[in-house]
Amino acid sequence: MKGKAWKFGDDVDTDIIIPGRYLVLRDEKELAACVMEGCDPEFSKKVKKGDIIVAGKNFGCGSSREHAPIAIKGAGISAVVAESFARIFYRNSINIGLPLIEVKEISQHISEGDIVDINIDEGILKDLNSNEEFEIKPLPDFMLGIMEEGGLINFLKNHLEEIKDG
Amino acid sequence: MAMTMAEKILAKASGNNESEAGEIIMANIDVAMTHDLTGPLSVESFEKIGLKQVWDPEKIVIVFDHQVPADSIDAANNHMLMRKFVKEQGINNFYDVREGVCHQVLPEKGHVVPGEVVVGTDSHTCTHGALGAFATGIGSTDMAMVFATGKLWFKVPETIKFEITGKLQENVFAKDVVLDIIGKIGADGATYKACEFGGETTRNMSISDRMVLCNMAIEMGGKTGLVEPDQKTINYLRGRSTKHYEIMKTDSDAKSLETMFVDVNELEPQIACPHNVDNVKPVSEVEGTHIDQVFLGSCTNGRLSDLRTAARIMKGKEVSKDIRMLVIPASREVYTKAMDEGLLRTFVDSGALVCNPCCGPCLGGHIGLVGPGEVSLSTSNRNFKGRQGSPDAEVYLSSAAVAAASAITGTITDPR
Repeated sequence: MKGKAWKFGDDVDTDIIIPGRYLVLRDEKELAACVMEGCDPEFSKKVKKGDIIVAGKNFGCGSSREHAPIAIKGAGISAVVAESFARIFYRNSINIGLPLIEVKEISQHISEGDIVDINIDEGILKDLNSNEEFEIKPLPDFMLGIMEEGGLINFLKNHLEEIKDG
Repeated sequence: MAMTMAEKILAKASGNNESEAGEIIMANIDVAMTHDLTGPLSVESFEKIGLKQVWDPEKIVIVFDHQVPADSIDAANNHMLMRKFVKEQGINNFYDVREGVCHQVLPEKGHVVPGEVVVGTDSHTCTHGALGAFATGIGSTDMAMVFATGKLWFKVPETIKFEITGKLQENVFAKDVVLDIIGKIGADGATYKACEFGGETTRNMSISDRMVLCNMAIEMGGKTGLVEPDQKTINYLRGRSTKHYEIMKTDSDAKSLETMFVDVNELEPQIACPHNVDNVKPVSEVEGTHIDQVFLGSCTNGRLSDLRTAARIMKGKEVSKDIRMLVIPASREVYTKAMDEGLLRTFVDSGALVCNPCCGPCLGGHIGLVGPGEVSLSTSNRNFKGRQGSPDAEVYLSSAAVAAASAITGTITDPR
């Protein structure tokens, strides 16, 4: 994955990602049109397919609304890189196949607009502007399995009987 | 092996004798709750799996509370979709627009008992831990897995136990205690941990107050809130639930247990200032701050005890002409009791609006929104930017006592 970085701060909450008044919507594209409206109403117009969000700690804190990762994915964001993620947002994102990349102190090192190259298999994130490389915290095996099968729905389709019996 | 309450519940739910923090387990789910706002996505995800029938309709509870009554055609459509699902799946535990907020309705109707695993597509599902259940918020796709299989995977959490001691001063409440804790440890201070509340102060608290503590566990990143069940828990459940249950308690020598001591003897009323729940100050530091709206309600502080506290402060007085106040009882049961006790009369006489049981302005997508530059003082649980309407509005969070005292003066006021 390679894309342009959009920078956000610490504690980006789910109301910033997708405000409550839009939760009546379910369509990915409609949700994407309002993504990050809580802090930048123009964000959905500026973002391009493949771009990457880079943020500080506790990204996605707050609500369990799956509308949040759906809106981010729908806007074409290929991955969210942050120093840490809130728990429910983390699960929801992996479940819908939105890659989350955890890297220590990353927001101090990447500038807005930098081109970021992420290699999940090698566990390396590279800033192509500064040529700095960073180590990615690996996903637990179980979650990696869900990610690799394209999200939890596909995973369930493939493993329904074992899960039911197990 | 010495275990925490969270480890014991998850061990039992996964059919094991033991479980240990960090381990990934597949748990059998006892209660799966969804509501009108996140329910439609859960149903859509379930349908994508391609199954016709949910695993067990008796273990699913559906509550309409976020947008009731429907305030838009989109909301009405979501309600219709959920009613159709309820009918098709034969779900009996369905509470349409008339009952109130899910985190009040589930305990009231006896769906939550100690030792069980409760999941809900709402982050404040952690509230139910006040009765000793392992209760946690999940997303819609996770709920689709539960609908399909009755199971969900969890990483067994470590436990942070807040040992709360001391006597609360007059007009200082559970909300002040939990805001104080969140202010100290931060919005991610308990990420992925079970937040267990103990100590003499917790034991002296009512079930309602314990629900306030557990409700706010998610605001410090917690996976669940928990209180060890005792006689008060048993009394609360009597007449509400016929389910068999097992009481589990944390062993003091459990390996994954970390303890934080909290002394509340000197605690003043607290307030979370914009725009983060961990931006907590004593109310005395922000006294006199202008407000435009007061919201008394929500799954945090919309219970009978909150309404009693507010009515005691407001009786015979008038809500400041410069502001408006919304009172939203958390459930029909709370509403009718408040009616019988004359509390609603006090609110209406004072100029407050009493609305039907629902989430109200808390989700920023239904009634009582605030405009650009306006300030809301709310007894709910989140003050994120844009949470109650305009992203240019500000939200403060407090107890019912602070909210009531402030509604009279029209500025943030210490109730003492």
